[in-house]
Amino acid sequence: MNKTDALIIGAGPTGLFTAHQLKLIGLDCEIVDNLDKIGGQCIELYPDKPIYDIPAIPECTGEELTNNLINQLKPFDIKFHLNERVEEVKKDKDKWLVKTNNGKTFLTPNVIIAGGVGSFEPRKFSPKECEKFENKSLFYSIKDKKIFKGKIVTIFGGGDSALDWAIELSKESNVNLIHRRDEFRGAQATIDKVHALEKVGKINLLTKYQMSKVNGSEKLESIDLKHDNEETKNLKTDYILGFFGLIMQLGPIANWGLNIDKKTISVDTEKFETNQKGIYAVGDICTYPGKLKLILSGFHEGALAARACFKLARPNEKYRFEFTTSSKIIKDRLGIKGD
Amino acid sequence: MFMPKITYITHDNKNHTIDVQNGLTVMEGAVQNDIPGIDADCGGGMACATCHVYVKEDWLNKLPKKEDGEEDMLDMAFEPKTNSRLSCQLVVSDELDGLIVNIPSKQA
Repeated sequence: MNKTDALIIGAGPTGLFTAHQLKLIGLDCEIVDNLDKIGGQCIELYPDKPIYDIPAIPECTGEELTNNLINQLKPFDIKFHLNERVEEVKKDKDKWLVKTNNGKTFLTPNVIIAGGVGSFEPRKFSPKECEKFENKSLFYSIKDKKIFKGKIVTIFGGGDSALDWAIELSKESNVNLIHRRDEFRGAQATIDKVHALEKVGKINLLTKYQMSKVNGSEKLESIDLKHDNEETKNLKTDYILGFFGLIMQLGPIANWGLNIDKKTISVDTEKFETNQKGIYAVGDICTYPGKLKLILSGFHEGALAARACFKLARPNEKYRFEFTTSSKIIKDRLGIKGD
Repeated sequence: MFMPKITYITHDNKNHTIDVQNGLTVMEGAVQNDIPGIDADCGGGMACATCHVYVKEDWLNKLPKKEDGEEDMLDMAFEPKTNSRLSCQLVVSDELDGLIVNIPSKQA
């Protein structure tokens, strides 16, 4: 059981800056995120796309912004729990008991949801029957590549994950690579390699096809493909891999008894508190009259939610507002020596 | 003031014809008028493919061409077809008056 003054759900820019604000005012915090890396949408959706409206930063990419926020947290010791999705938030006397999908638990008076548009999940195939093969012979990520040895593996997708795995698995498996159009969006060198492997018969490349059906009762037997021109084709396969990137899903947040409207959580604009005392929502996931989905709004919301956490984390102390420029206590927390 | 009419056909085959102001995107027209089925999770940044629509065939050539990146995002859309577009990339103008788009059964 992890005990902390505030648990932040979401390691995007808003979650990171909220952590900074909590530490500045002397509170502990820990951060949970479902992704395997820090940065949220900035790192997952637009790491190399420019952002022009961060105050005092004329231009930066999603990755640069993330790295700067991580740097700003350097003076502090903050525990990140990545690859963990919060499943449950339950009242436990005057605190909240939080559980993740991997069984980690937290006890905290304050939960700050900085969850963006929810958690990132793999995009899945559309035919309904795919579900029954999921994690048996149909995968959206690879944990153990050995199971594919000597088998027929059919890979779907046109990005780097699909291409990289097609190249890698073609060494020891029969690989079909299927994509909905002729152009691929991976790195050019990787695309060239795939075409080279196709020429020597190591990869069977089928473009302008999409999956229309999976066949097999207990065991996966084959799949039906449909060409843009409606022509269909049946393909024997042992395994199916789908690499269609990630999609954001609100997920378990919907079950925590919060007021949710159109995938966003209603909050007040003083503490950014939800209808549940001690649960706050900041950044893209919160809504209130006049809400702007800007990163800078998330920073403001996190700063105010952090102050609200103080009351519940230190009920017997009084919060005193101080500037970082002049406060000795804050400078100590930042590890800055002298004046 | 003249406003172009955009018709959104939702998956349940209901027609929603909306006056959309010039300069807004087809995605914004849907979101502001509570047309179900267009999620637009990323808010119009061409980063999520959840505002995916099917454009009525006879409109395909009258629309602004796809920018780099739109086709890449469409790779990730739910059941993309040759008449797929991201509605956040379709800016409404007088020329788009009468545009008809079908909304897929789901976005993810």
